[in-house]
Amino acid sequence: MNVPVMYVIGLASVVFTIGVVGVLIRRNAIVAFMSVELMLNASNLALIAFARSIPGGDGHVIVFFVIAVAAAEVAVGLALIVDIFKLRHSIDVDEMSSLKG
Amino acid sequence: MASDLVLFFFLAVIAIATAASVILSRNAVYSAVFLVLNLATVAFFYILLYASFIAMIQLAVYAGAIVVLFLFVIMLLGADRGESGGTLPWQRPLAIGLGVLLVGLLFYLFVAAGPFPAPAASDLPPGFGGPEAVGSLLFADYVIPLEVTSVLLLAAMVGAVVLTRAERKEK
Repeated sequence: MNVPVMYVIGLASVVFTIGVVGVLIRRNAIVAFMSVELMLNASNLALIAFARSIPGGDGHVIVFFVIAVAAAEVAVGLALIVDIFKLRHSIDVDEMSSLKG
Repeated sequence: MASDLVLFFFLAVIAIATAASVILSRNAVYSAVFLVLNLATVAFFYILLYASFIAMIQLAVYAGAIVVLFLFVIMLLGADRGESGGTLPWQRPLAIGLGVLLVGLLFYLFVAAGPFPAPAASDLPPGFGGPEAVGSLLFADYVIPLEVTSVLLLAAMVGAVVLTRAERKEK
């Protein structure tokens, strides 16, 4: 694709910001978690675009590791959400306030 | 060049629309389905940027495994209902304003950092981004991080099992 790398970086910035806003405005913990995945995905896209600009293949390896770590993170995060749901019968993040001083 | 730009903007509109739908859908199941669409569109971009191996990994791991895990937990918890109105009325407008600020700042930074010239496709080494190129890097230069990743995945698996097992009776 002969599109300037800059355009892909711009797209990744927009998708990343949508993920940030999603974490800020949603109170359903699962949807907030999906927004984190959107952010990881946007940063992967930026890395791949830079790897196109500086050929060498190291960018692809870093994205591979990011995807592997994201898989581990999702497994533990969803287990935590299931645990919280068993305890409180809700996954609304506004109700998880028992540590509030 | 022109057809590439048309394809890029077509896919970019799909990527942004599906990302916005993920965070705006009332029902968490719809969010998960839009997340699959977004991940698949990004996989298209990976192919267009000569990262074919990463595109396949993206489809298999993200769209295949991770989203299925999300859907499974949504179904398990029955958490596909609406949500409370929230306790802070100014949170949403503030979040959207800060988001606009963030995207403006990112654009400014990247435009200032330069146009990032990319070599022509014919100048790329043969097999760039394919399984062989990425695999030989992974098992030669990055073999220790690769092993650490396998330990991390094992730890995550053990952690998920420990967190969700049924409570045993205390003696």
